[in-house]
Amino acid sequence: MNATSTEQASAPVALRSVLSAGERPPRPGPVSTSLTFGRRALLKIKHVPEQLVDVTMFPIMFTLMFTYLFGGALAGSTQEYLQFLLPGILVQANVMITMNTGITLNTDIQNGVFDRFRSLPVWRPSPLVGALLGDAVRYSIGSAVVIVLGLVLGFRPEGGVVGVVLSVALLLVFSFCLSWLWTMLSLILRTPNSVAGVSMMVMFPLTFVSNIFVDPRTMPGWMQAVVEVNPITHLVTVVRGLMDGSVPAGEIGWVLVSSVLLVAVFGPLTMVLYRDKK
Amino acid sequence: MGKLAIETRGLTKSFGTTPAVAGVDLAVSAGVVYGVLGPNGAGKTTTIRMLATLLHPDAGEAHVLGYDVVRDARAVRSRVGLTGQFASVDEDLTGVENLVLLARLLGYSRPRARRRAADLLDAFGLAEAADRQVKKYSGGMRRRIDIAASLVVTPELIFLDEPTTGLDPRSRNQVWEIVRGMVAEGTTVLLTTQYLDEADQLADRIAVIDHGKVVAEGSSGQLKASVGAGSLHVRLRAPEQRAEAERVLAGVLEVSVEPSADPAALSARVSDPERVARSLAELSRSGIDVTEFALGQPSLDEVFLALTGHAAEETPKEDAA
Repeated sequence: MNATSTEQASAPVALRSVLSAGERPPRPGPVSTSLTFGRRALLKIKHVPEQLVDVTMFPIMFTLMFTYLFGGALAGSTQEYLQFLLPGILVQANVMITMNTGITLNTDIQNGVFDRFRSLPVWRPSPLVGALLGDAVRYSIGSAVVIVLGLVLGFRPEGGVVGVVLSVALLLVFSFCLSWLWTMLSLILRTPNSVAGVSMMVMFPLTFVSNIFVDPRTMPGWMQAVVEVNPITHLVTVVRGLMDGSVPAGEIGWVLVSSVLLVAVFGPLTMVLYRDKK
Repeated sequence: MGKLAIETRGLTKSFGTTPAVAGVDLAVSAGVVYGVLGPNGAGKTTTIRMLATLLHPDAGEAHVLGYDVVRDARAVRSRVGLTGQFASVDEDLTGVENLVLLARLLGYSRPRARRRAADLLDAFGLAEAADRQVKKYSGGMRRRIDIAASLVVTPELIFLDEPTTGLDPRSRNQVWEIVRGMVAEGTTVLLTTQYLDEADQLADRIAVIDHGKVVAEGSSGQLKASVGAGSLHVRLRAPEQRAEAERVLAGVLEVSVEPSADPAALSARVSDPERVARSLAELSRSGIDVTEFALGQPSLDEVFLALTGHAAEETPKEDAA
């Protein structure tokens, strides 16, 4: 009883002192605010670690499933298939994880916390960029899981540590750029579920109609043409090359160009939608 | 001309073909609590979102603290705080993490951000809940952290969108205290509410909004005066005399007398206090015992009904109609 009454009596005084003590610090720059939003993403991982299931369990499941399901049939032995498949699975795992960006953003929008961020005097894309930076941590975890599992199962990258690190770095760049497609979708679609649904619809053909699982030479001509323009195909070729110890410079250029294009198209579209979100 | 914190002219916004805000004109002086009162769907939230630069108006213009909400959006954002109707902090994070995050975004160094967060949590009675995830807060604590999050840098103007909807009376009183404290420190407060007593208690001026338009504006006293001198409430000892009492009162007051939900009570909106005195005498002459006889200011409920033709708080009362 006593505690309550003193609390109530002192509250307005304390309130007035925090209000009058208000300082106006200098406005931080875009890098600083983006990093702060990135930190928010990491804090969310800390508090809700079960959200990491998509970067740990899925890649493990995919690697095991496809290696032992198709290995014997497609490459004669699971061991040989693993050598072919692992760089592809690494790409697929990362690209799949990017979908989560859109779903998270849509959830933020639905429950209102984005109104707060949008009403702040900060560089406007920083909440989105920050979220994507936080996702880079998720991609790194996912990549580590796939690579370690691959090594355990007998995958041997000829390119060594350098090849593997370069592959992952390029993957992070591409994933960051591809994520803008999902941020745009999440600003158009109304519920996290519909974002997940549409993302899957894009994701399945994007990852399967590529050279991740099989050599495209076994496909009919029209499908080879589709595979050839799929940016995922080029990304997989690069990752395979780097891990195998070669440097496919032309293909790397292709991947970087498609990354830039993804941001150049979906970045501004996202920001326009973000600016005037209902 | 006094300094205006908010000035809008013909502010309009539609969603598809549905007009949400249909030409709102507001003039809010600096340093006051301004209440925007209206039922759900009246356009309150849409108006606030335009003023807080979250939505582009379709037409009309709005100046907040002298800045155009479209052209100088960033200047507006750095001077106002917004506490929306729904979650306005991250529920997965703790109270202190949320405030530190916002303080960092607003330019505080890491140690100063922590200091500021701790001060705010203290002032809002949330120090003990600082390290708990916000999703585990009670409704009242939730609202307080929402408001605290808008005060990391003391704003010149704060928008509170239905700050007490769904709160218990004690938490509601705490929010009212916070609002009063903010105004005492010179912050202008624009709050929306669908509770008439809240507008009555807090707001220096009130705009009544219905179907996206301002239907009345003024102090609570002015709004009440605009619908007559007051209302008379009479309670009888014997409910069976109500019909007769109704006849007697109607005869003297020359206005319509409404039976209340209470079977022994009646009420009437009156404009002439003189007749009220006579009506009491007339009742006693007719042998009707009165246990209660009160002349009060009209409630904002009655004001709303008189202005818009429907009640503010839509309570289903099919049988009463």
